[in-house]
Formats: sequence, structure tokens, C-alpha cells
Amino acid sequence: MSRLKRARERAWAFFHKPVLDSDLEAEIAAHLDMAIEENLRRGLPYGEARRMAMIRFGGMDLMKDQQREARGLMKLDILLQDLKFTFRTLSRDRGFTLVAVVILALGIGANVAVFSVVNTLLLRPLPFPNAQQLMWIAPPPQKCGMSCATYSTDAYDEFRMYSRSYQDVTGYFAFSSPDNLALSLGGPPIPATSIDVIANFFQVLGVQPALGRLFTADDARNGAAPVVVLSDAWWRRQFNADPAIVGKAFDMNGHQTTVIGVLPRSFDFGAVFAPGTKVDAITPLNLYGPPRDWGNIITMIGRLKPGVTMAQVQADADAAAPHMCWNNKNPQSCGSYARHGVQDGVVPVPLKDYVSGKLRRSLALLWAAVGAILLIACVNLSNLLLARAASRSKEFAMRGALGATRGRIVRQLLTESVVLSGAGAVLGLGLALVLVVWLAHQGSFALPLLSSLRIDGAALGWTVLIAVFAAVFFGLVPGLRMAGGNLQESLKDSGPGSGQGRRHELVRAVLVVSEICLACILLVGAGLLLRSFLKVLDVDLGFQPEHAAAVSVDYDDNAPTGDLSAAKRGAIFQGILSRVGALPGVEAAGMVDYLPMGQNRDWGTPFPKGVKRPDKFPTGPLVYVISPGYMRAMGTRVRGRDFTWDDGPKSPNVVMINEAFARYLGSYGNWRKGEEVNRILTDGGGNDLHVVAVVDDVHEESVEGDAGWQIYYPMTQASPAGSHLVIRTQLPPAQMAASVMGALRELNPTQKAAEFRPIQTLVSHTVSPRRFFMLLVGCFAGLGLLLAAIGIYGVISYSVTQRTQEIGIRMALGATTDRVQKDVLWNTLRLALWGVALGTGASLLGARLIASLLFGTSPWDLPTYAGMVVVLFGVAALSGYIPARRASRINPMVALRAS
Amino acid sequence: MQPAKLDLLQGTLDLMVLQTLAAMGTQHGYGIARRIEQVSGDAVLLNQGTIYASLVRLEQRGWIRSSWGTSDNNRKAKFYEITASGRRQLAADARYWERLTGVMDRVLAMGATPEGDAP
Repeated sequence: MSRLKRARERAWAFFHKPVLDSDLEAEIAAHLDMAIEENLRRGLPYGEARRMAMIRFGGMDLMKDQQREARGLMKLDILLQDLKFTFRTLSRDRGFTLVAVVILALGIGANVAVFSVVNTLLLRPLPFPNAQQLMWIAPPPQKCGMSCATYSTDAYDEFRMYSRSYQDVTGYFAFSSPDNLALSLGGPPIPATSIDVIANFFQVLGVQPALGRLFTADDARNGAAPVVVLSDAWWRRQFNADPAIVGKAFDMNGHQTTVIGVLPRSFDFGAVFAPGTKVDAITPLNLYGPPRDWGNIITMIGRLKPGVTMAQVQADADAAAPHMCWNNKNPQSCGSYARHGVQDGVVPVPLKDYVSGKLRRSLALLWAAVGAILLIACVNLSNLLLARAASRSKEFAMRGALGATRGRIVRQLLTESVVLSGAGAVLGLGLALVLVVWLAHQGSFALPLLSSLRIDGAALGWTVLIAVFAAVFFGLVPGLRMAGGNLQESLKDSGPGSGQGRRHELVRAVLVVSEICLACILLVGAGLLLRSFLKVLDVDLGFQPEHAAAVSVDYDDNAPTGDLSAAKRGAIFQGILSRVGALPGVEAAGMVDYLPMGQNRDWGTPFPKGVKRPDKFPTGPLVYVISPGYMRAMGTRVRGRDFTWDDGPKSPNVVMINEAFARYLGSYGNWRKGEEVNRILTDGGGNDLHVVAVVDDVHEESVEGDAGWQIYYPMTQASPAGSHLVIRTQLPPAQMAASVMGALRELNPTQKAAEFRPIQTLVSHTVSPRRFFMLLVGCFAGLGLLLAAIGIYGVISYSVTQRTQEIGIRMALGATTDRVQKDVLWNTLRLALWGVALGTGASLLGARLIASLLFGTSPWDLPTYAGMVVVLFGVAALSGYIPARRASRINPMVALRAS
Repeated sequence: MQPAKLDLLQGTLDLMVLQTLAAMGTQHGYGIARRIEQVSGDAVLLNQGTIYASLVRLEQRGWIRSSWGTSDNNRKAKFYEITASGRRQLAADARYWERLTGVMDRVLAMGATPEGDAP
């Protein structure tokens, strides 16, 4: 009890110092009076009586302090005193304070922003309940595109039945193309993107609707009424966040479709499964309808039972795989998913690894880069504080002489650095906020979860942590140096050139060298990434993305399937292409069902006619169904002849194959290079396919990967899965959009108001993660360089100031201005030389770590290193030049008189 | 040679102040300090000022209370007085001291029995 009461009293006393102090004064005065009186009574003269009373009382100030310490909160008093003093000194030295806070804000801001990115993409679990239970179930990666990464509906059923590790397994249709949904509200149909998911999709992920309900098994039955669930974004954008939307029906793709629910804002299909794309609506996938015969179309996601280990999961998948059939009607296809089968096994990996595992290295690099920035910022501040400390050494010596302990002075200096880093952290947090909000709204970067980027509690915690780290890091060295200084030495009028100055200079030189070294590593990293990016842009894609644009085309071929449909389709396409091809500005026009860098699929492997197939052969080439003129519109070189409108349902089947596939077939058919055209292939169904041309390898999935096998069928003989009109024009696509859309709508009034997309954006989209990291690392390298430049400037400029007298004497003794200038510059370059040498060494050792992030660039790329050396020396020379010039302008007479 | 004055053990001053107030009733700081000096026969090394840290400690714990008043020769001074809880604390502390000194006496008395006595 008494302890609690005392704490309360002390806190009270802390806030009532003036009253208590005057009380104490009065009490002591009374005490002394009484003591003097007693002494007088004993016959001492007044002076002696007073002296004795004082002696018996003890040191007046010490006694008062003891009482205050017992009474209040002394530690807090000292802290407040230090803070007050800090604010006073910092506001007196505004320039220094401003520079220090800005440097720290840049360092801390960059760190907090990158921490938020890393946290969002890598550290935080996916935005689902118990997200660690979710698994991505796919075959090991192969070269044959999406068809080799997906399963048939039959295989999905078997896997779900035979695997034991999962609470449930779900999946979605992997082949939806953008703008596959036409919403008709009276005017021209509005394009939107929808994804078909298996009915239990949301149950497995654990997503709850914001409005209405999500799918049940009944929604996916044969003959079920069409229903749709809207994304939060589309609901807001297209339907004005109508709170009564549930139950309303709209014309979507010509069917009255009922909205049954709205997804929560936290669920964004694109952010998790298809980075960089927006998915507006989700529709149920009927597993037992037509998709049953579509082959591999489903990507599988499972939720594990609690406590299942990864080894069990893999063993379970291996046990289930032999039961999985590509198509139950075709018994030979059973087991084709098993290990050593066509797809070589089923490999479940944590969904999180699938979503962001590829980015781990890039993010680590980014983190390392901002770490280096923070170090540079701290070193810079250390340097600034050392310079300041040198000029304040007399102040501290004076305080020491007046009784301040070493601890007290260190505490004072640490208080200053904490205040500086606190201000830097606040400003840095603001910068980070701006950067994070900007990044979160960059829809064009194909990075998962980027839209959920924000500054959260963890980021705030991180800010505090690095602010404290920074304060201790840059404050302690100057603090200890200062407090440890020799009292007498400092108090004496120690002029420049004394021993301590020299030692100081060494410390500062070491700091600057380490700064240059770090900047050097950053520059090399950024340079290597930049070179890689340029190499990526330089890749021959097999088509020419410049001056080409695509738009998705709607057509009506509701004729019975087969030849009749193909004939009708041919007529429609011929009409469209002749109309569009005649528009002014259009150089070529053609149609395709899947654009490169988008979806793809395979239809098995055609083989040279008359050659026996080997027992085991890789999965087939990716299939594209195209119209005549498509190759010219894309800018893909054709060796042979293009398809024509005469290649109809009745004429012999024709195909084009790419170089890579031609090489493979040639090795079996004993074709010599250049002799592939006019050869005949047989497909799995025994049909003859006449090769009419060999075309360039097209990068179908990514710019950086190798091109796989491709085969092209004419739209008049095979069924396309969609249709994109590609035109080649020298005019800007936006300018063409109106006339092309006009022509399309004239031919088909239900044509969607689809977006006219330059082909270049498809390519940009796939290289966007690389651009993202290159841009950020590049910015950080620039920042590092700037900070290093400030550091060099600070040190050289300070040493010139310190040596003003010395320079004055040398000039008086006949040194030329040229000579003085050269000396200072040489000092600068010597520092830079050390830094660059160390930095180059460290980069050479460290570059191997980022080798996997590079493309077509060696980690020891000479031009990058050479460029870095030139840039650093340039910057160093520039930062040294200004003080050098100042040194050479020193007037010997003034300098000598100054001190 | 004069014997050196005793250094006060931590906490003993508080106990002395409490005991002084319990014995003398209401008293001002100077009075307390003088009384302790007299009772100890000037054997205690006491800066009189130290008394004020002790007084504020005791008052904050609620063991004594203070008020401004007038001294015998009409001088304004702050007077201290022990409280009920102060008396309880004093009793507890005094018991503790007695036990401690008792133990110390016995321990120090051990030297009286010479070591290695033959039976």
C-alpha cells in the first residue's frame, strides 16, 4: 500500500515542482535560522555561527537534490531537461537538422515501403482463414503451357475421391479469356471478365459473401438457372454499389443471369491467382456438362486436414495419381497423370509458394538494397554528427568540468540522435505512405496481392525498430568519442592539426569509404538488373508487338457444330477481315483464338505420316486456331504459304508448325532443314495434316522462357476457342479504335464495346515484375549514390574548413591555387578509390547471389562494372570539386589572421 | 585519536526519524536532526540536510504528516508528526532491528570461545 501511495505522491510531486521547491527553501531557511540562533546563544560571533550552521547542514545544493530525488521522478526530469536542451540546440542549427532529418527520412521511408511490400507479398499469410492449409495441386512445371498444368474434370473427381489429406478439393477453369462476358443493359454490350469455378470454391477458400450467398452444388447442375457472383470492385463500378442487387437478373452473354451475391472487398481473384488482371464476376462451372470433354481445364486447390505433413501430402498424391483418368470413357488415359506418365506426377505445393514463391529472391534483393540505403544514411549522419561534435567539443568539456558525468553526456548525445531519428521516422513514414499508396494503385504490375498493399501495424512496428536502430547506430560512435575526449586537451585552445583532429579524420574517412563501398554494391546490382531488362526487351519474340493491336470479336455461329459451323464461321470472318482490312491505315488484319502471352492449350502430338511413334513422347505443341492474314498482322515470318479462305471444311486439312516443332518432327521423319513444307502429319485421330508452312518460334508464355512447340490450324477447319482481331497499323491504336469498332458493330450489332489493346501491352504485362524490381532497385541505387555524394562532400568540405590555416600557410609559402585544388581533389579521389576497390570486390563476391534474377547478363558483366566505376568517380570528383575550389580561393592573409 | 564517526546504514536514518517523532511528538526538521545528534552522542556522521530527503520519503509513504506552524521563539517552521501507520511501521522496524542486533551480538560473541580447545 505504502509503495503505491509513494508512487502516486512522486508522480504528483513531479508536476508540482515550484510549490514544493519554495516549501523546501522555506524549510531550509528556518532550519538555518534556528541553527544560527543556537550557535549565537553558545556565544559564537554571527559570522562563525552562520558558518558552523552551514557546515553542519552539508552541501546545500546536494541536500536539495537528494530531497528532490526522493520526492519526485528524477530520471524523467533529466530526460525532459535533455529533450529541452536538444530542441534548443537543434533549432539553433537549422541547416544541420534539416539535412539530417531528410537523409533519415529517405532511408527510413524506403525501408518501411519495402517492408510493406515484402510483408504483403511474402510474410503475411494469404487473405484466407487458415491459409497455411491451402495447397496448389499441379503437375511439375513443363514446357507445354497451361494444358500441362491443369486437370480434366474426371481427373479432378478421381483425385478428390482418392486423396486422404484434404478436407476438400476445388478448382477453377483456367482458360477464361479477358472480356469473355458481355453485359447488356440496353446500349452496346459492356465487356467484363468472368471466371468459372467449381461450386465448392468459396467454401474451400473460406470466403464469406458481403451480400447474398455464394455457390451451392445446385448452381452447377445441368439445367440450373444461370447465376453470378460479383466482385466488390465491379459491383461498385458497374452497379453503383446497389445494396439491393441480390436477386436482380441481367442479360449476360445473352442469358438472363441472376446475381446471387457480392464478394467481400478482401477477396480479389486476380490478386491471388492471376496477378495484374481484374476479374469482375465469378460463375459456377458445371463439371458434368460440356466441360467434361474439354480435356485438361481445371487448376486444383485443396484445403488440408489439420496436422497433415508435407511428406504425407506428397505420398497421398502419388497414391491417388494412378487412379486419375484424362477421360473415363478412354481407359488408356487412366494413370497418365502418375509419375513417369505423360504429366509426370501430381505435386501439391503450398498455395502461398505458388502465388509468391517466385518473387522470394527479388524481394530479398529489394530488402537488401534498402538495408544498404539505411546503412548509408546512418553512416552519413554519423559523419555529420562527428563534424558537429568536433565543433562542440569545448561545450562538452565545459560541461564535464562542471560535473557532468560521462554517462550523462552520452545520454544527452543519444537523446539528440533519438530526436533526429524520430523526426526522420515520422517524415519517412509519410514518404512510405505515398509510395505504398502509389504502388497499390499500379494495376499494370503483374504482382500478386499488390492491391492489398498498405501500411499496417507491422509496418509501424518496423518503423519504430529501424528508427531506434538508426539512432543508436549513428549516435553512439560520435557520442562515445565525444564523451571520451580528453578534458584538458579540449579546454585548451587546441588548434587544428592537433592529434585528435587527425584521429577524427581517420574515422570519418573510414565512414566515407564504407559509404562509397555500399553505394558501389547498389549501383552494380541496379546496373545488372537494368542490363537484364534491356536484354529482355531485346528478345526476338517471334512476332512484332509494335504497331499491332488486338480487340476481342463477338460472332454468332449458332449453326450445328462441324462442317456447317466452320463454313458459316469462315464467311463471317472473311466478311470482318475484308471490311477491316480495307479501312484506311490498316496494313494487315487477321484473327486468332488465343493471343501470345495469354492462354494456351494442346491437342496431343501430330506425328510424321508413316513413321512409328516412340512409346514415350512429350506432350503436344500448343495449339492456335487462326485466320489467313494473322501471321502478317502479328509480324511473324512464314516460310511456305499462308492459309487461304479456300482451306475450307471440304479441302485437305492444313497446318503451320513452328521451327522448334519442325526440328523435333524432322528428327523422326528424317527431314532435312528447309524440307518441312508440304510434309504430311497424322494426328491422334488418324487425320492427315498437310504442313503448308514453317513459322518463327513465338514466345507464347513469357519473354524470358524458351519458345516451345506450336501448331496453327485454320479457323475454317478447326474450332477456335474465342476470337481476337489483330490489326497492324502505323496509326496509334486509340485512333483506329473508332473506325474498327464501327465496322465490327455494323456487321454484328451485339459486338461488345471491348477495349482495343496494343499487343505491346501484353508483352509489357509479362515483363512488368522485372520492370517493377528494376525500377525500385534503380531508384534505391540513385538514392544511395546521392547520399554517398553528400557524405563525400561533407567530409572534404569539413577537412578544408579545418585546414584553412594550413592551406593559408602553404599558399603564403608559394603553393599555387592549382596545386591546392589538386591536393583536395586527390584526397577525395583517394577515398573514392578505396571505396570503389572494396565495393567492386564485395560486388564480385555477392553478384553470384542475384545470378538467378539476371537474364542474358553475367553477374560479372564488364560494362556494368565499368559504368559503375565511371559514375562513382564522376560523382566523387564533383563532390570534391566544390570544396577544392573553395580551398583554392583561400586568402592567405585572412586565413592566417583568423585564429 | 578520536574514533571516526559512524556512517549511517541504508534505511537507518528513516527509523531514527520515526523513533524520534514517536518519542518527542510534533517536531520540526532542525529539532529532529539535533535530537538524533544529541542521543547518539555526536557519534553519527550526519549532514543535517539529509534529514529532509528522509522526511519526504516517510511523508510520501504516509508514515508521518506535516504542517506549517510556529516554533517556541515565534519562528515559522514545518512541523512533523508520526501517524498511526507510522507507529505500526516503527514497531515492525524496531522488532527487525532487535532481531538483527541480537543475531549480530551472538555471532560476534563466538570469538569468546577459543578455537581448538582440548576437551
